[in-house]
Amino acid sequence: MHPVLSTVLQRLGLGLLTLFIVSIIIFSSIALLPGDFGEQVLGQQALPETVEAFRRELGLDKPAYLRYIDWIAAVLQGDLGTSFSGRASSGSDQSRSVWELVSPRLSNTLFLAGFTALIAVPLSLFLGITAALKRNSIYDRSVNAVTLTTISFPEFFLAYLLIVFLAGTFPTLSNVTPDMSLGDRIEKIALPALTMTLVIVAHMMRMTRAALINLLASPYIEMAQLKGASRAKVIIKHALPNAWAPIATVIAFNLAYLVVGVVVVEVVFVYPGIGQLMVDSVSSRDIPVAQGCALIFAATYILLNLLADVIGIVTNPRLLHPR
Amino acid sequence: MTEEPQTYSAAGEVAQVKLRRTLGQRMWISLKKAPMSAWFGMIVIAFYALVAIVGPYIAPYGEAQVFAKADEPWSMLGGDPAHFFGTDQIGRDVLTRLIYGARNTIGIALVTTLLSFLIGGSLGLIAAINRSWLDQFLSRGVDVLMSIPSLIFALMLLSIFGSSIPSLILIIAVLDSTRVFRLTRSVAANVVVMDYVEAARLRGEGMGWIMRKEILPNIMPPLVAEFGLRFSFVFLTIASLSFLGLGIQPPTADWGSMVRDGSRFIQFVAYDWTLALPSLLPAGAVALLTVAVNFVVDWFLHKTSGLRDDH
Amino acid sequence: MTTDSNKRGSKGDVLIEMKNVEIDGFSDERWHKIVKGVDLTLKRGEVMGLIGESGAGKSTLGKAAMGYAQPGCKIKAGSIMFDGIDLMAATEAEKRKLWGSRIAYVAQSAAASFNPAHRLIDQTVEATVDHGISGEADARQDAVGLYESLQLPDPGNIGTRYPHQVSGGQLQRIMTAMAMSPRPDLIIFDEPTTALDVTTQVEVLVAMRDIVEKFNTAAIYITHDLAVVAQMADFIKVLRYGEEVEEAETRKMLGQPEEDYTKSLWSVRALHKEESPSDDIALSIKNVDAAYGNTVKVLHDVSIDIPRGRTVSVVGESGSGKSTTARVITGLLPPMSGSVEFNGEALPNALKDRSKDQLRRIQMIYQMADTAMNPKQTVGEIIGRPLDFYHNLKGKARDDRIIELLDMIELDASFIDRLPGELSGGQKQRICIARALAAEPEVIICDEVTSALDQIVQEGILKLLLRLQKELNITYLFITHDIAVVTAISDEIVVMFQGQVVEQGLKSKILSPPFPDYTQLLLSSVPEMDPDWLTNLVDKRD
Repeated sequence: MHPVLSTVLQRLGLGLLTLFIVSIIIFSSIALLPGDFGEQVLGQQALPETVEAFRRELGLDKPAYLRYIDWIAAVLQGDLGTSFSGRASSGSDQSRSVWELVSPRLSNTLFLAGFTALIAVPLSLFLGITAALKRNSIYDRSVNAVTLTTISFPEFFLAYLLIVFLAGTFPTLSNVTPDMSLGDRIEKIALPALTMTLVIVAHMMRMTRAALINLLASPYIEMAQLKGASRAKVIIKHALPNAWAPIATVIAFNLAYLVVGVVVVEVVFVYPGIGQLMVDSVSSRDIPVAQGCALIFAATYILLNLLADVIGIVTNPRLLHPR
Repeated sequence: MTEEPQTYSAAGEVAQVKLRRTLGQRMWISLKKAPMSAWFGMIVIAFYALVAIVGPYIAPYGEAQVFAKADEPWSMLGGDPAHFFGTDQIGRDVLTRLIYGARNTIGIALVTTLLSFLIGGSLGLIAAINRSWLDQFLSRGVDVLMSIPSLIFALMLLSIFGSSIPSLILIIAVLDSTRVFRLTRSVAANVVVMDYVEAARLRGEGMGWIMRKEILPNIMPPLVAEFGLRFSFVFLTIASLSFLGLGIQPPTADWGSMVRDGSRFIQFVAYDWTLALPSLLPAGAVALLTVAVNFVVDWFLHKTSGLRDDH
Repeated sequence: MTTDSNKRGSKGDVLIEMKNVEIDGFSDERWHKIVKGVDLTLKRGEVMGLIGESGAGKSTLGKAAMGYAQPGCKIKAGSIMFDGIDLMAATEAEKRKLWGSRIAYVAQSAAASFNPAHRLIDQTVEATVDHGISGEADARQDAVGLYESLQLPDPGNIGTRYPHQVSGGQLQRIMTAMAMSPRPDLIIFDEPTTALDVTTQVEVLVAMRDIVEKFNTAAIYITHDLAVVAQMADFIKVLRYGEEVEEAETRKMLGQPEEDYTKSLWSVRALHKEESPSDDIALSIKNVDAAYGNTVKVLHDVSIDIPRGRTVSVVGESGSGKSTTARVITGLLPPMSGSVEFNGEALPNALKDRSKDQLRRIQMIYQMADTAMNPKQTVGEIIGRPLDFYHNLKGKARDDRIIELLDMIELDASFIDRLPGELSGGQKQRICIARALAAEPEVIICDEVTSALDQIVQEGILKLLLRLQKELNITYLFITHDIAVVTAISDEIVVMFQGQVVEQGLKSKILSPPFPDYTQLLLSSVPEMDPDWLTNLVDKRD
């Protein structure tokens, strides 16, 4: 087998294994629940039979590995379980399925994250590459100082600063609804997207710059200069082909960061996304919803990093052209 | 060339040698050369530390003392002169809450970071020296833990264990120790392969001596820098969790929940920007400290990496 | 390609003239003078050897001949004229026009200096095509010709490979082809064979010398090895601490050097120890097989006897298993089979099973004194630890003994509170010797202890080791690839190749004919202080 293919398969296998272990960790959170949990969810007055029925529904009477198999089989079919909220001590059940709660919010979050990435990725690559090329110039130093400050800010501070300065221009509540037009939606998410962009660009620009400076210190870059290659040629022909792997890593890392970073920003702007859903479910201790959200976040995160690794593998000349 | 001594003597041998200076001299030279940003950072950190330590003695009122008038604006914006930064939604003095918040938020973050260094640092050192199944086990375990975003993981664990201060400290310390583990392991692994460590092993030295005397002193600079970075990260995480209502719980004063409490009027900021102040003030307090720490760490990293002899 | 002589002057014209060049470098938070006002004149078709020890500024000066200052350096003063062009005044663009067309550079580390993402032939012709010296097709055809004259295997196809697919010696020759492709007026060779084994070095040297002669190219050849430069250069300039010591025609320099410093450059070769046979075996390795990770076997049935109070040198190239042998003796790598006997008793295989006293009797000195000492410990702590550990010396008794040991290695008590970073290379190695002596060992394993040091310092260290041997009756196992060192200090020699002992015996026996094939190849590949050595060697081998 070609080494590229085998390395990629190896990496994919490792990714699947990680997902599997992560799913076990997330699943075991149910097993860690305190014993009186049924009473907590259903209320103090719940009848013992109702509590018992609830425990049975959660499968707490079965051995853990059987429960895991049931759960993961359901998850693979898109069934993330049933929310705890809407349960009552009487045993009447008005709860909704987790997927029903999650899916509209997931698409909202993806819309916000995608829109942010669309602005942030090209912008930060441009800033990072130009700063690395003009290393130690005034431009580099000022970009550096600004981004160092920005990454030190908590997201909510940036968000409120933007609100103070731009409240007149953009809406401060991002309460989008499914029936809105694209234009309206974009106007609604302008401030959260801008907040996220500021954070991501700062991180990404710094990492791009560092990766590129590291690359430009290679002896083969000096050699290219001493062969009289122009600056542009040194970059395009000698640096770039070796830069894909580090740049892919930087992008994937920051997209993963973006997906997680939306949690706080969604809460600030009351944006109906999956991050806010997760926060709500955690405060109300609605475990199935929290589990579902955690699983989605973790899977996205793992897949993005996996993608970066695969790009790194398929652009590595040592693997592409084995001895 | 004429004045070169022609008779060779070992003691007189010269080469490009680092100048002899004491630790104090070196520190003083570095401090004198420190950029403005680093000085700014150090002064801010010192100020915060002072406030955190002497907080209860300088705070005008008690931590949870409630006054009659709630939502009082800043005194300079026409509020009651007895409350410099006004009062919050249930009538507590904001300046007092801010001062106590420094103590609580910084204190908890510091304890968490120390704990995470204790766990991650010692396991990382052991993994670097041991290099056997234990290293494999710890490293793979950390890989898995790190493949779940830490804020999400923390949220999930908080949903199970509830938001008490001990569980908050423990959860964040354990999650954060994965990063400390990785860094310690990788820098220590570079030192473990050094001949002087091999020389110590050949001499018959025990594991503890090698860890303490040979490795630890040589990995301090990156660990110190990392401590700054981890602290500001932990500090931000705790503030964010409190902001989400899942961190430090009332009546304990803390900056994250003050931001959250202050955000009730945020929709009206377009009409009166001062309505953002109750959120901006504690958020700014958080931001200022993290900026300060980052400035100092940035300078420190630059300085320690620049000390390498490149010729 | 060969008809471009119209742009060239004729042989004997001055090609490059540097006057009073000063270069500064930045380290330890301040600017240092690296080159302190050196003149250099090179005529067309001439080869100049630029020789000096580490820190002499030779590499920096060589690059300055291109008008290039590496990052962290700046050319502060002086004039650099290349064929009538003032390189001090030239813009970057003007210099780029010269680089890779009229001046070419060959770097020390070929493996790092080739771009991993491109094929070798593309990199070979890149500058030639970019500068418009010839078309792509012509340049490629010419490159194949160059590969052929550099005696590369399969010259027609080797260029289609990637850098990681060929060996270090081949890469270095391809880099020479790359430099030669535009038919430059001047090539700067920056320690091009330093990283290679001696047997490979010979092949590369022959190839480089022949091609430079063939095209009558001027060259500056930078190295620390006088014997190597003697084969390549018409005349030699010696640098020290950024200043010129002397410059002379090669034969004259080797025959009658004027400065004491120049003479000291081959002082190690003048050292010679009279061998004395002995049958009293201190340490003996018996039929050892060893492997890393139970997979790659690196030692095959190795047996070596080391007589008491004598020096046994183990010579071989990288991969010969000589360092692995040391690891087996010390217990770092327990052998798969066979044993190590000390004073007739078998030592436990693994380090952890050996007693403190067994450990004390065998000490080790390393190649890189820099990494062999903890940079955070003072000299006193470094030497004092074995005193405390093995002999339970504390307080004043310990301090007295440290000063005594410092005295033995010709350093004074003032060194006791210094850190390794405050010592020179030779002093560091002396401290390592003192640390080994502190244990009062019977056997010291010296792993390439002089190869990172400058010649004059090497001599001092070797003399010290010989004196200590005489005074304390210490047994040395000397691991080295440097034949000059071997002749200087050994009683017996062991030749190793690919994990096996090729030959073992008294120095006089090993170094005189008849030779087994490998010993012959190894010994004949060691450059000698004779400008005709390479020529004679090539004649003999053909």
